[in-house]
Amino acid sequence: MYEKDGEQYFVFDSHLHFWDASPANWVKGQEEYAKGWIECFHAYMGLGPAETHWTLEHFQKYSVEDFGSDVFEKGHVDQAVFQSTYLKDWYTEGFNDIEHNAALLDEFSGKLRVNGRWDPRDGEAGLQQLEADHAKYGIQGVKLYTAEWKGASRGWKLTDPEAVPFLEKCVELGIKNIHVHKGPTIWPLDKDAFDVSDIDHVATDFQELNFIVEHVGLPRIEDFCFMATQEPNVYAGLAVVVGGLMHARPRFFAKVMGELLFWVGEDKMLFGSDYAIWEPKWQVEGLVDWDYPAGDEFSDYPRWTTAAKKKVLGLNAAKLYAVDVPHELRLPSENGTPGARDDAQLVEGAT
Amino acid sequence: MNLEDRVLAALDTVYDPELDEPITALGFIGACTVSPRGEVAVRLRLPTPQCAPNFAYLMAADARAAVLSVAQVTRVSIVLEDHYTGAEINAALARGGDFAEAFPGETEGSLDALRELFQRKALVARQARVCQALLGAGVTPDAIAALRVADLAPGPDATRCVELRGELGLPQGADDAALVAGDGSPLSAEDLPTWLRRARLVSLSLETNGGLCRSLLHVRYGCPDQQEVAA
Repeated sequence: MYEKDGEQYFVFDSHLHFWDASPANWVKGQEEYAKGWIECFHAYMGLGPAETHWTLEHFQKYSVEDFGSDVFEKGHVDQAVFQSTYLKDWYTEGFNDIEHNAALLDEFSGKLRVNGRWDPRDGEAGLQQLEADHAKYGIQGVKLYTAEWKGASRGWKLTDPEAVPFLEKCVELGIKNIHVHKGPTIWPLDKDAFDVSDIDHVATDFQELNFIVEHVGLPRIEDFCFMATQEPNVYAGLAVVVGGLMHARPRFFAKVMGELLFWVGEDKMLFGSDYAIWEPKWQVEGLVDWDYPAGDEFSDYPRWTTAAKKKVLGLNAAKLYAVDVPHELRLPSENGTPGARDDAQLVEGAT
Repeated sequence: MNLEDRVLAALDTVYDPELDEPITALGFIGACTVSPRGEVAVRLRLPTPQCAPNFAYLMAADARAAVLSVAQVTRVSIVLEDHYTGAEINAALARGGDFAEAFPGETEGSLDALRELFQRKALVARQARVCQALLGAGVTPDAIAALRVADLAPGPDATRCVELRGELGLPQGADDAALVAGDGSPLSAEDLPTWLRRARLVSLSLETNGGLCRSLLHVRYGCPDQQEVAA
Protein backbone atom coordinates (compact mmCIF):
# COMPACT_ATOMS: atom_id res chain seq x y z
CA MET A 1 0.00 0.00 0.00
CA TYR A 2 1.24 3.45 -0.82
CA GLU A 3 0.00 6.51 1.01
CA LYS A 4 0.39 10.06 -0.22
CA ASP A 5 -1.41 13.24 0.75
CA GLY A 6 -3.99 11.34 2.79
CA GLU A 7 -4.91 8.96 -0.03
CA GLN A 8 -4.17 5.24 0.18
CA TYR A 9 -3.38 3.23 -2.94
CA PHE A 10 -3.64 -0.53 -3.26
CA VAL A 11 -0.81 -1.61 -5.57
CA PHE A 12 -1.02 -4.70 -7.77
CA ASP A 13 2.07 -5.25 -9.90
CA SER A 14 0.76 -7.18 -12.89
CA HIS A 15 4.11 -7.73 -14.52
CA LEU A 16 7.33 -8.66 -12.79
CA HIS A 17 10.04 -11.27 -12.97
CA PHE A 18 12.51 -13.24 -10.91
CA TRP A 19 15.07 -14.32 -13.45
CA ASP A 20 18.45 -15.95 -13.67
CA ALA A 21 20.35 -14.69 -16.67
CA SER A 22 23.82 -15.27 -15.22
CA PRO A 23 26.43 -16.92 -17.47
CA ALA A 24 26.09 -20.21 -15.54
CA ASN A 25 22.55 -20.49 -16.99
CA TRP A 26 23.49 -19.83 -20.62
CA VAL A 27 22.95 -22.68 -23.07
CA LYS A 28 26.18 -23.86 -24.70
CA GLY A 29 26.39 -22.54 -28.24
CA GLN A 30 23.66 -19.93 -27.58
CA GLU A 31 25.73 -17.65 -25.36
CA GLU A 32 25.55 -14.81 -27.83
CA TYR A 33 21.74 -14.73 -27.65
CA ALA A 34 21.54 -15.26 -23.88
CA LYS A 35 24.06 -12.48 -23.32
CA GLY A 36 22.44 -10.19 -25.89
CA TRP A 37 18.99 -10.63 -24.38
CA ILE A 38 19.95 -9.66 -20.84
CA GLU A 39 22.19 -6.82 -21.99
CA CYS A 40 19.30 -5.48 -24.04
CA PHE A 41 17.09 -5.55 -20.91
CA HIS A 42 19.85 -3.89 -18.92
CA ALA A 43 19.99 -1.05 -21.45
CA TYR A 44 16.28 -0.46 -20.82
CA MET A 45 17.05 -0.05 -17.12
CA GLY A 46 19.13 2.94 -18.24
CA LEU A 47 15.90 4.75 -19.10
CA GLY A 48 14.99 4.98 -15.41
CA PRO A 49 16.45 7.49 -12.91
CA ALA A 50 20.23 7.11 -12.48
CA GLU A 51 19.96 6.32 -8.77
CA THR A 52 17.90 3.21 -9.59
CA HIS A 53 20.43 1.64 -12.00
CA TRP A 54 22.12 -1.67 -11.14
CA THR A 55 25.38 -3.18 -12.30
CA LEU A 56 25.03 -5.74 -15.09
CA GLU A 57 26.25 -8.48 -12.76
CA HIS A 58 23.54 -7.74 -10.19
CA PHE A 59 20.99 -7.42 -12.98
CA GLN A 60 21.86 -10.85 -14.37
CA LYS A 61 21.05 -12.55 -11.07
CA TYR A 62 19.48 -11.05 -7.95
CA SER A 63 18.51 -12.74 -4.71
CA VAL A 64 15.17 -13.60 -3.11
CA GLU A 65 16.01 -10.99 -0.46
CA ASP A 66 16.57 -8.34 -3.13
CA PHE A 67 13.23 -9.23 -4.68
CA GLY A 68 11.31 -9.02 -1.40
CA SER A 69 12.95 -5.75 -0.46
CA ASP A 70 12.66 -4.04 -3.85
CA VAL A 71 9.08 -5.11 -4.47
CA PHE A 72 7.21 -5.51 -1.19
CA GLU A 73 9.22 -3.50 1.33
CA LYS A 74 10.47 -0.48 -0.59
CA GLY A 75 8.31 -0.88 -3.68
CA HIS A 76 4.85 -0.39 -2.05
CA VAL A 77 3.50 -3.49 -3.86
CA ASP A 78 0.63 -5.33 -2.09
CA GLN A 79 0.05 -8.07 -4.62
CA ALA A 80 2.02 -9.22 -7.61
CA VAL A 81 1.93 -11.79 -10.34
CA PHE A 82 4.96 -13.44 -11.85
CA GLN A 83 4.95 -13.71 -15.60
CA SER A 84 6.88 -16.80 -16.50
CA THR A 85 9.34 -16.48 -19.36
CA TYR A 86 10.96 -19.71 -20.47
CA LEU A 87 13.43 -18.95 -23.29
CA LYS A 88 14.90 -22.41 -22.77
CA ASP A 89 16.68 -22.28 -26.12
CA TRP A 90 18.97 -19.71 -24.53
CA TYR A 91 18.80 -20.32 -20.76
CA THR A 92 19.42 -23.86 -19.47
CA GLU A 93 17.01 -23.64 -16.52
CA GLY A 94 14.79 -21.13 -18.30
CA PHE A 95 14.90 -17.35 -17.95
CA ASN A 96 12.24 -17.57 -15.23
CA ASP A 97 10.08 -20.63 -15.63
CA ILE A 98 7.08 -21.51 -13.50
CA GLU A 99 8.96 -23.84 -11.13
CA HIS A 100 11.67 -21.26 -10.52
CA ASN A 101 9.00 -18.63 -9.87
CA ALA A 102 6.82 -20.90 -7.75
CA ALA A 103 9.72 -21.53 -5.38
CA LEU A 104 9.11 -17.99 -4.10
CA LEU A 105 5.39 -18.41 -3.48
CA ASP A 106 5.85 -19.79 0.05
CA GLU A 107 8.36 -17.09 0.91
CA PHE A 108 5.85 -14.37 0.01
CA SER A 109 2.67 -16.27 0.77
CA GLY A 110 -0.53 -14.34 0.16
CA LYS A 111 1.21 -11.59 -1.81
CA LEU A 112 2.45 -13.40 -4.83
CA ARG A 113 0.94 -15.58 -7.51
CA VAL A 114 2.42 -17.10 -10.58
CA ASN A 115 1.21 -17.25 -14.15
CA GLY A 116 1.99 -20.09 -16.48
CA ARG A 117 2.56 -20.23 -20.19
CA TRP A 118 1.79 -22.30 -23.21
CA ASP A 119 3.06 -22.55 -26.72
CA PRO A 120 0.87 -24.02 -29.47
CA ARG A 121 3.95 -25.58 -31.04
CA ASP A 122 4.11 -27.99 -28.06
CA GLY A 123 0.86 -29.66 -29.15
CA GLU A 124 -0.71 -32.33 -26.95
CA ALA A 125 2.18 -32.39 -24.51
CA GLY A 126 1.75 -28.64 -24.03
CA LEU A 127 -1.94 -29.04 -23.23
CA GLN A 128 -1.14 -31.68 -20.63
CA GLN A 129 1.53 -29.45 -19.13
CA LEU A 130 -0.96 -26.59 -18.92
CA GLU A 131 -3.41 -28.83 -17.05
CA ALA A 132 -0.65 -29.99 -14.74
CA ASP A 133 0.49 -26.40 -14.04
CA HIS A 134 -3.08 -25.41 -13.32
CA ALA A 135 -3.59 -28.33 -10.95
CA LYS A 136 -0.30 -27.72 -9.16
CA TYR A 137 -0.18 -23.91 -8.96
CA GLY A 138 -3.80 -22.86 -9.46
CA ILE A 139 -2.73 -20.45 -12.19
CA GLN A 140 -5.23 -17.73 -13.14
CA GLY A 141 -3.30 -16.50 -16.12
CA VAL A 142 -0.59 -17.16 -18.65
CA LYS A 143 2.08 -15.08 -20.29
CA LEU A 144 2.52 -15.74 -23.98
CA TYR A 145 5.56 -14.82 -26.01
CA THR A 146 4.44 -15.08 -29.59
CA ALA A 147 7.93 -14.14 -30.71
CA GLU A 148 9.71 -16.92 -28.81
CA TRP A 149 12.00 -19.03 -30.93
CA LYS A 150 11.57 -22.78 -31.02
CA GLY A 151 13.88 -24.80 -33.22
CA ALA A 152 13.51 -23.45 -36.73
CA SER A 153 10.38 -21.46 -35.87
CA ARG A 154 10.86 -17.81 -34.98
CA GLY A 155 7.40 -17.31 -33.50
CA TRP A 156 3.67 -17.86 -33.88
CA LYS A 157 0.30 -16.09 -33.88
CA LEU A 158 -2.75 -16.42 -31.65
CA THR A 159 -4.80 -17.03 -34.76
CA ASP A 160 -2.79 -20.13 -35.71
CA PRO A 161 -5.16 -23.14 -35.69
CA GLU A 162 -2.81 -24.85 -33.24
CA ALA A 163 -3.53 -22.12 -30.66
CA VAL A 164 -7.28 -22.78 -30.52
CA PRO A 165 -7.14 -25.90 -28.28
CA PHE A 166 -4.99 -23.96 -25.83
CA LEU A 167 -7.40 -21.05 -25.66
CA GLU A 168 -10.27 -23.52 -25.23
CA LYS A 169 -8.35 -25.24 -22.44
CA CYS A 170 -7.92 -21.88 -20.70
CA VAL A 171 -11.67 -21.30 -20.86
CA GLU A 172 -12.32 -24.81 -19.53
CA LEU A 173 -9.91 -24.44 -16.61
CA GLY A 174 -10.87 -20.86 -15.79
CA ILE A 175 -7.44 -19.45 -16.67
CA LYS A 176 -8.89 -16.10 -17.57
CA ASN A 177 -5.97 -13.73 -17.96
CA ILE A 178 -4.00 -14.05 -21.16
CA HIS A 179 -1.01 -11.72 -21.05
CA VAL A 180 0.54 -11.35 -24.47
CA HIS A 181 3.96 -9.98 -25.16
CA LYS A 182 4.56 -8.65 -28.62
CA GLY A 183 8.19 -8.49 -29.53
CA PRO A 184 10.63 -8.63 -32.40
CA THR A 185 11.78 -11.55 -34.52
CA ILE A 186 8.43 -13.19 -35.18
CA TRP A 187 8.61 -15.46 -38.21
CA PRO A 188 8.62 -14.72 -41.06
CA LEU A 189 11.08 -11.91 -40.71
CA ASP A 190 9.70 -9.85 -43.55
CA LYS A 191 6.48 -9.08 -41.63
CA ASP A 192 6.11 -6.53 -38.85
CA ALA A 193 6.73 -8.36 -35.60
CA PHE A 194 4.56 -6.17 -33.41
CA ASP A 195 1.33 -6.76 -35.28
CA VAL A 196 -1.54 -7.04 -32.74
CA SER A 197 -4.24 -8.03 -35.23
CA ASP A 198 -4.21 -11.64 -34.02
CA ILE A 199 -5.36 -10.43 -30.59
CA ASP A 200 -8.25 -8.61 -32.23
CA HIS A 201 -9.51 -11.91 -33.63
CA VAL A 202 -9.16 -14.08 -30.54
CA ALA A 203 -10.58 -11.41 -28.22
CA THR A 204 -13.78 -11.56 -30.26
CA ASP A 205 -13.80 -15.36 -30.43
CA PHE A 206 -12.99 -15.88 -26.72
CA GLN A 207 -14.99 -13.32 -24.82
CA GLU A 208 -14.68 -15.29 -21.57
CA LEU A 209 -10.98 -14.47 -21.54
CA ASN A 210 -9.18 -11.21 -20.78
CA PHE A 211 -6.34 -10.28 -23.10
CA ILE A 212 -3.73 -8.05 -21.53
CA VAL A 213 -1.42 -6.61 -24.16
CA GLU A 214 1.87 -6.07 -22.40
CA HIS A 215 3.71 -2.88 -23.19
CA VAL A 216 0.49 -1.62 -24.88
CA GLY A 217 1.80 -2.84 -28.18
CA LEU A 218 4.75 -0.42 -28.06
CA PRO A 219 6.06 0.62 -30.51
CA ARG A 220 2.71 0.30 -32.30
CA ILE A 221 0.47 2.10 -29.79
CA GLU A 222 -1.90 3.22 -32.52
CA ASP A 223 -2.70 -0.30 -33.73
CA PHE A 224 -3.21 -1.41 -30.14
CA CYS A 225 -5.50 1.52 -29.24
CA PHE A 226 -7.65 1.24 -32.36
CA MET A 227 -8.10 -2.46 -31.59
CA ALA A 228 -8.56 -2.21 -27.82
CA THR A 229 -11.20 0.49 -28.10
CA GLN A 230 -13.41 -2.03 -29.92
CA GLU A 231 -12.79 -5.03 -27.68
CA PRO A 232 -14.20 -4.91 -24.13
CA ASN A 233 -11.93 -7.74 -22.99
CA VAL A 234 -8.63 -6.22 -24.11
CA TYR A 235 -6.50 -4.49 -21.46
CA ALA A 236 -3.41 -2.29 -21.58
CA GLY A 237 -0.43 -3.56 -19.59
CA LEU A 238 1.60 -0.48 -18.69
CA ALA A 239 4.94 -2.21 -18.13
CA VAL A 240 7.61 -0.31 -20.13
CA VAL A 241 5.26 2.64 -20.68
CA VAL A 242 5.93 3.86 -17.15
CA GLY A 243 9.45 2.51 -16.74
CA GLY A 244 10.66 3.42 -20.22
CA LEU A 245 9.03 6.79 -20.74
CA MET A 246 8.00 8.49 -17.50
CA HIS A 247 11.55 9.51 -16.59
CA ALA A 248 13.36 9.39 -19.96
CA ARG A 249 10.72 10.99 -22.21
CA PRO A 250 8.24 12.82 -19.97
CA ARG A 251 6.40 14.67 -22.74
CA PHE A 252 5.88 11.51 -24.74
CA PHE A 253 4.82 9.76 -21.55
CA ALA A 254 2.17 12.43 -20.97
CA LYS A 255 0.79 12.05 -24.48
CA VAL A 256 0.85 8.25 -24.39
CA MET A 257 -0.99 8.26 -21.06
CA GLY A 258 -3.48 10.76 -22.45
CA GLU A 259 -4.12 8.65 -25.53
CA LEU A 260 -4.46 5.44 -23.49
CA LEU A 261 -6.92 7.12 -21.14
CA PHE A 262 -8.85 8.35 -24.17
CA TRP A 263 -8.92 5.17 -26.29
CA VAL A 264 -8.64 2.39 -23.73
CA GLY A 265 -9.84 4.11 -20.56
CA GLU A 266 -8.87 4.07 -16.89
CA ASP A 267 -10.86 0.87 -16.25
CA LYS A 268 -8.70 -1.19 -18.59
CA MET A 269 -5.16 -0.05 -17.79
CA LEU A 270 -2.95 -2.14 -15.49
CA PHE A 271 0.21 -1.06 -13.72
CA GLY A 272 3.20 -3.33 -14.19
CA SER A 273 6.74 -2.48 -13.10
CA ASP A 274 8.53 -5.04 -15.29
CA TYR A 275 10.86 -5.57 -12.33
CA ALA A 276 13.82 -6.21 -12.44
CA ILE A 277 14.12 -4.01 -15.50
CA TRP A 278 12.85 -1.22 -13.27
CA GLU A 279 12.10 -1.12 -9.54
CA PRO A 280 8.45 -0.47 -8.64
CA LYS A 281 9.21 2.22 -6.02
CA TRP A 282 9.92 5.16 -8.30
CA GLN A 283 7.23 4.10 -10.74
CA VAL A 284 4.45 3.89 -8.12
CA GLU A 285 5.48 7.15 -6.49
CA GLY A 286 5.89 8.82 -9.86
CA LEU A 287 2.47 7.75 -11.10
CA VAL A 288 0.76 9.10 -7.99
CA ASP A 289 2.61 12.41 -8.32
CA TRP A 290 2.22 12.61 -12.07
CA ASP A 291 -0.03 15.00 -13.96
CA TYR A 292 0.00 16.44 -17.46
CA PRO A 293 2.52 19.22 -18.11
CA ALA A 294 1.05 22.65 -18.74
CA GLY A 295 0.05 23.28 -22.33
CA ASP A 296 -2.90 23.22 -24.69
CA GLU A 297 -1.69 20.07 -26.38
CA PHE A 298 -2.68 18.06 -23.28
CA SER A 299 -5.97 19.79 -22.57
CA ASP A 300 -8.33 17.42 -24.35
CA TYR A 301 -7.06 14.23 -22.72
CA PRO A 302 -9.07 12.62 -19.87
CA ARG A 303 -7.84 13.77 -16.47
CA TRP A 304 -5.60 11.65 -14.25
CA THR A 305 -7.83 11.69 -11.19
CA THR A 306 -7.29 10.05 -7.82
CA ALA A 307 -9.87 7.44 -8.81
CA ALA A 308 -8.02 6.74 -12.07
CA LYS A 309 -4.74 6.36 -10.17
CA LYS A 310 -6.30 3.88 -7.75
CA LYS A 311 -7.80 1.81 -10.53
CA VAL A 312 -4.70 1.69 -12.68
CA LEU A 313 -2.26 1.09 -9.81
CA GLY A 314 -4.19 -1.83 -8.38
CA LEU A 315 -7.96 -2.04 -8.38
CA ASN A 316 -8.33 -3.06 -12.04
CA ALA A 317 -5.86 -5.93 -11.76
CA ALA A 318 -7.34 -6.96 -8.41
CA LYS A 319 -10.63 -7.53 -10.22
CA LEU A 320 -9.03 -9.64 -12.95
CA TYR A 321 -7.27 -11.79 -10.34
CA ALA A 322 -10.21 -11.83 -7.87
CA VAL A 323 -8.16 -10.29 -5.07
CA ASP A 324 -10.12 -9.13 -2.05
CA VAL A 325 -9.01 -5.53 -1.61
CA PRO A 326 -9.24 -4.20 1.98
CA HIS A 327 -12.34 -2.10 2.29
CA GLU A 328 -10.54 1.14 3.07
CA LEU A 329 -8.46 0.84 -0.11
CA ARG A 330 -11.43 0.51 -2.45
CA LEU A 331 -13.04 3.43 -4.17
CA PRO A 332 -15.69 5.20 -2.11
CA SER A 333 -18.45 3.77 -4.28
CA GLU A 334 -17.18 0.66 -6.03
CA ASN A 335 -20.49 0.00 -7.67
CA GLY A 336 -21.54 3.58 -8.20
CA THR A 337 -19.88 6.38 -10.07
CA PRO A 338 -16.19 6.10 -9.39
CA GLY A 339 -15.27 9.45 -10.83
CA ALA A 340 -17.86 11.45 -8.93
CA ARG A 341 -15.66 12.52 -6.07
CA ASP A 342 -12.86 13.72 -8.26
CA ASP A 343 -15.20 15.52 -10.58
CA ALA A 344 -16.46 17.39 -7.52
CA GLN A 345 -12.90 18.34 -6.62
CA LEU A 346 -12.23 19.50 -10.13
CA VAL A 347 -15.26 21.76 -10.09
CA GLU A 348 -14.16 23.23 -6.77
CA GLY A 349 -10.66 23.75 -8.11
CA ALA A 350 -12.00 25.55 -11.14
CA THR A 351 -13.92 28.15 -9.17
CA MET B 1 30.85 20.23 -51.93
CA ASN B 2 33.69 17.77 -51.47
CA LEU B 3 33.07 14.07 -51.82
CA GLU B 4 32.69 13.43 -48.12
CA ASP B 5 30.01 16.10 -47.80
CA ARG B 6 28.17 14.69 -50.79
CA VAL B 7 28.26 11.21 -49.29
CA LEU B 8 26.86 12.55 -46.01
CA ALA B 9 24.18 14.45 -47.92
CA ALA B 10 23.23 11.20 -49.66
CA LEU B 11 22.95 9.47 -46.28
CA ASP B 12 20.64 12.29 -45.14
CA THR B 13 18.11 11.00 -47.68
CA VAL B 14 18.03 7.53 -46.11
CA TYR B 15 15.11 7.17 -43.74
CA ASP B 16 14.51 4.71 -40.96
CA PRO B 17 11.39 3.20 -42.55
CA GLU B 18 9.77 2.54 -39.18
CA LEU B 19 10.34 6.00 -37.71
CA ASP B 20 10.33 8.08 -40.90
CA GLU B 21 13.37 10.04 -39.82
CA PRO B 22 16.78 10.26 -41.54
CA ILE B 23 19.28 7.77 -40.15
CA THR B 24 21.77 10.61 -39.81
CA ALA B 25 19.45 12.60 -37.52
CA LEU B 26 18.81 9.47 -35.46
CA GLY B 27 22.53 9.01 -34.83
CA PHE B 28 22.63 5.62 -36.57
CA ILE B 29 25.80 6.42 -38.56
CA GLY B 30 28.58 5.28 -36.26
CA ALA B 31 31.30 6.19 -38.75
CA CYS B 32 31.66 7.19 -42.38
CA THR B 33 35.06 7.31 -44.05
CA VAL B 34 35.87 8.27 -47.62
CA SER B 35 39.23 7.41 -49.17
CA PRO B 36 40.91 9.61 -51.81
CA ARG B 37 40.06 6.91 -54.35
CA GLY B 38 36.34 7.21 -53.64
CA GLU B 39 36.00 4.12 -51.45
CA VAL B 40 33.31 4.70 -48.82
CA ALA B 41 32.97 2.72 -45.60
CA VAL B 42 29.87 3.28 -43.48
CA ARG B 43 29.26 1.71 -40.09
CA LEU B 44 25.64 1.56 -38.98
CA ARG B 45 24.74 1.20 -35.30
CA LEU B 46 21.29 0.64 -33.87
CA PRO B 47 19.71 1.23 -30.44
CA THR B 48 19.61 -2.46 -29.45
CA PRO B 49 21.30 -5.66 -30.64
CA GLN B 50 17.81 -7.03 -31.32
CA CYS B 51 16.31 -4.27 -33.45
CA ALA B 52 14.09 -5.81 -36.13
CA PRO B 53 16.29 -7.36 -38.86
CA ASN B 54 13.84 -6.33 -41.58
CA PHE B 55 14.14 -2.61 -40.86
CA ALA B 56 17.85 -2.95 -40.19
CA TYR B 57 18.32 -4.53 -43.59
CA LEU B 58 16.27 -1.83 -45.36
CA MET B 59 18.34 0.94 -43.82
CA ALA B 60 21.60 -0.76 -44.70
CA ALA B 61 20.50 -1.51 -48.27
CA ASP B 62 19.10 1.99 -48.75
CA ALA B 63 22.32 3.51 -47.41
CA ARG B 64 24.31 1.42 -49.87
CA ALA B 65 22.15 2.51 -52.81
CA ALA B 66 22.26 6.17 -51.75
CA VAL B 67 26.05 6.25 -51.44
CA LEU B 68 26.55 4.33 -54.70
CA SER B 69 24.54 7.00 -56.51
CA VAL B 70 27.07 9.70 -55.57
CA ALA B 71 29.39 10.66 -58.42
CA GLN B 72 33.06 9.66 -57.92
CA VAL B 73 32.19 6.96 -55.40
CA THR B 74 33.98 3.82 -56.56
CA ARG B 75 33.16 1.32 -53.86
CA VAL B 76 30.82 1.12 -50.87
CA SER B 77 31.01 -1.03 -47.80
CA ILE B 78 28.10 -0.91 -45.35
CA VAL B 79 28.59 -2.73 -42.07
CA LEU B 80 25.85 -3.17 -39.48
CA GLU B 81 27.57 -3.25 -36.08
CA ASP B 82 26.68 -5.12 -32.89
CA HIS B 83 23.51 -6.74 -34.17
CA TYR B 84 22.32 -10.31 -33.66
CA THR B 85 21.78 -10.78 -37.40
CA GLY B 86 24.67 -8.51 -38.41
CA ALA B 87 26.70 -11.35 -39.92
CA GLU B 88 23.87 -12.46 -42.21
CA ILE B 89 22.90 -8.93 -43.24
CA ASN B 90 26.49 -7.81 -43.86
CA ALA B 91 27.25 -10.89 -45.93
CA ALA B 92 24.15 -10.41 -48.07
CA LEU B 93 24.93 -6.71 -48.59
CA ALA B 94 28.52 -7.44 -49.57
CA ARG B 95 27.28 -9.91 -52.19
CA GLY B 96 24.67 -7.41 -53.37
CA GLY B 97 22.00 -9.88 -52.29
CA ASP B 98 18.51 -9.12 -51.07
CA PHE B 99 16.82 -9.74 -47.73
CA ALA B 100 15.44 -13.14 -48.65
CA GLU B 101 18.96 -14.26 -49.50
CA ALA B 102 20.25 -13.04 -46.16
CA PHE B 103 17.78 -15.29 -44.33
CA PRO B 104 17.08 -18.31 -46.50
CA GLY B 105 13.76 -19.94 -45.65
CA GLU B 106 12.79 -17.31 -43.11
CA THR B 107 10.98 -14.87 -45.33
CA GLU B 108 8.06 -15.01 -47.68
CA GLY B 109 9.16 -12.57 -50.30
CA SER B 110 10.47 -9.05 -50.41
CA LEU B 111 10.16 -6.26 -47.89
CA ASP B 112 8.04 -4.11 -50.21
CA ALA B 113 4.78 -4.70 -48.32
CA LEU B 114 6.42 -3.86 -45.02
CA ARG B 115 7.95 -0.69 -46.41
CA GLU B 116 4.62 0.39 -47.87
CA LEU B 117 2.78 -0.24 -44.59
CA PHE B 118 5.14 2.14 -42.84
CA GLN B 119 5.13 4.71 -45.63
CA ARG B 120 1.36 4.87 -45.12
CA LYS B 121 1.76 5.34 -41.38
CA ALA B 122 4.40 8.00 -42.01
CA LEU B 123 2.14 9.90 -44.38
CA VAL B 124 -0.70 9.90 -41.85
CA ALA B 125 1.68 11.06 -39.12
CA ARG B 126 3.19 13.87 -41.24
CA GLN B 127 -0.24 15.05 -42.38
CA ALA B 128 -1.40 15.10 -38.75
CA ARG B 129 1.40 17.50 -37.90
CA VAL B 130 0.63 19.68 -40.93
CA CYS B 131 -3.07 19.74 -40.03
CA GLN B 132 -2.39 20.44 -36.36
CA ALA B 133 -0.16 23.38 -37.27
CA LEU B 134 -2.83 24.82 -39.58
CA LEU B 135 -5.55 24.52 -36.95
CA GLY B 136 -3.18 26.08 -34.43
CA ALA B 137 -2.69 29.02 -36.80
CA GLY B 138 -6.46 29.52 -36.86
CA VAL B 139 -7.23 27.98 -40.25
CA THR B 140 -10.75 26.53 -40.26
CA PRO B 141 -11.49 22.88 -41.18
CA ASP B 142 -13.34 24.08 -44.30
CA ALA B 143 -10.34 26.10 -45.42
CA ILE B 144 -7.97 23.19 -44.68
CA ALA B 145 -10.08 20.82 -46.76
CA ALA B 146 -9.89 23.28 -49.66
CA LEU B 147 -6.08 23.59 -49.55
CA ARG B 148 -3.99 22.32 -52.47
CA VAL B 149 -0.47 20.89 -52.28
CA ALA B 150 0.86 24.18 -53.67
CA ASP B 151 -0.76 26.10 -50.79
CA LEU B 152 1.23 24.34 -48.07
CA ALA B 153 3.90 26.39 -46.36
CA PRO B 154 7.30 24.86 -47.14
CA GLY B 155 8.69 22.76 -44.33
CA PRO B 156 10.04 19.30 -43.61
CA ASP B 157 6.61 17.77 -43.00
CA ALA B 158 5.01 19.22 -46.13
CA THR B 159 7.98 18.26 -48.30
CA ARG B 160 8.07 14.75 -46.92
CA CYS B 161 4.30 14.34 -47.43
CA VAL B 162 4.75 14.98 -51.14
CA GLU B 163 7.69 12.56 -51.30
CA LEU B 164 5.74 9.85 -49.54
CA ARG B 165 2.71 10.36 -51.78
CA GLY B 166 4.98 9.93 -54.77
CA GLU B 167 6.46 6.74 -53.35
CA LEU B 168 2.98 5.39 -52.61
CA GLY B 169 1.65 6.28 -56.05
CA LEU B 170 -0.85 8.76 -54.64
CA PRO B 171 -1.65 12.02 -56.45
CA GLN B 172 0.90 14.68 -55.47
CA GLY B 173 0.60 17.45 -58.03
CA ALA B 174 0.41 21.13 -57.08
CA ASP B 175 -3.36 21.16 -57.67
CA ASP B 176 -4.10 17.98 -55.73
CA ALA B 177 -5.66 18.15 -52.27
CA ALA B 178 -3.17 19.01 -49.53
CA LEU B 179 -4.45 16.33 -47.15
CA VAL B 180 -5.57 12.92 -48.38
CA ALA B 181 -6.98 9.70 -46.96
CA GLY B 182 -5.13 6.42 -47.37
CA ASP B 183 -6.59 5.83 -50.83
CA GLY B 184 -5.57 9.29 -52.05
CA SER B 185 -9.06 10.80 -51.89
CA PRO B 186 -9.30 14.31 -50.40
CA LEU B 187 -10.25 14.66 -46.72
CA SER B 188 -13.49 16.58 -46.23
CA ALA B 189 -14.05 19.18 -43.52
CA GLU B 190 -16.56 16.83 -41.86
CA ASP B 191 -14.09 13.95 -41.79
CA LEU B 192 -11.27 16.08 -40.46
CA PRO B 193 -11.84 15.95 -36.66
CA THR B 194 -12.23 12.14 -36.54
CA TRP B 195 -9.37 11.64 -38.96
CA LEU B 196 -7.15 13.97 -36.94
CA ARG B 197 -7.92 12.21 -33.64
CA ARG B 198 -6.62 8.96 -35.10
CA ALA B 199 -3.83 10.54 -37.12
CA ARG B 200 -2.46 12.30 -34.03
CA LEU B 201 -2.06 8.93 -32.35
CA VAL B 202 -0.19 7.51 -35.35
CA SER B 203 2.08 10.53 -35.20
CA LEU B 204 2.64 10.11 -31.46
CA SER B 205 3.38 6.42 -31.92
CA LEU B 206 6.14 7.11 -34.43
CA GLU B 207 7.57 9.95 -32.37
CA THR B 208 7.53 7.94 -29.15
CA ASN B 209 9.23 5.05 -30.87
CA GLY B 210 11.86 7.47 -32.14
CA GLY B 211 12.26 8.85 -28.62
CA LEU B 212 12.81 5.39 -27.17
CA CYS B 213 15.32 4.60 -29.91
CA ARG B 214 17.26 7.78 -29.16
CA SER B 215 17.26 7.05 -25.43
CA LEU B 216 18.46 3.48 -25.97
CA LEU B 217 21.14 4.58 -28.44
CA HIS B 218 22.32 7.07 -25.83
CA VAL B 219 22.47 4.34 -23.16
CA ARG B 220 24.24 1.95 -25.53
CA TYR B 221 26.87 4.19 -27.07
CA GLY B 222 27.04 7.11 -24.70
CA CYS B 223 26.50 9.51 -27.58
CA PRO B 224 24.65 12.75 -26.90
CA ASP B 225 20.94 12.17 -26.31
CA GLN B 226 19.51 14.08 -29.25
CA GLN B 227 16.11 15.44 -28.39
CA GLU B 228 13.37 14.84 -30.88
CA VAL B 229 12.17 17.67 -33.07
CA ALA B 230 8.50 17.03 -32.40
CA ALA B 231 6.71 16.78 -29.02
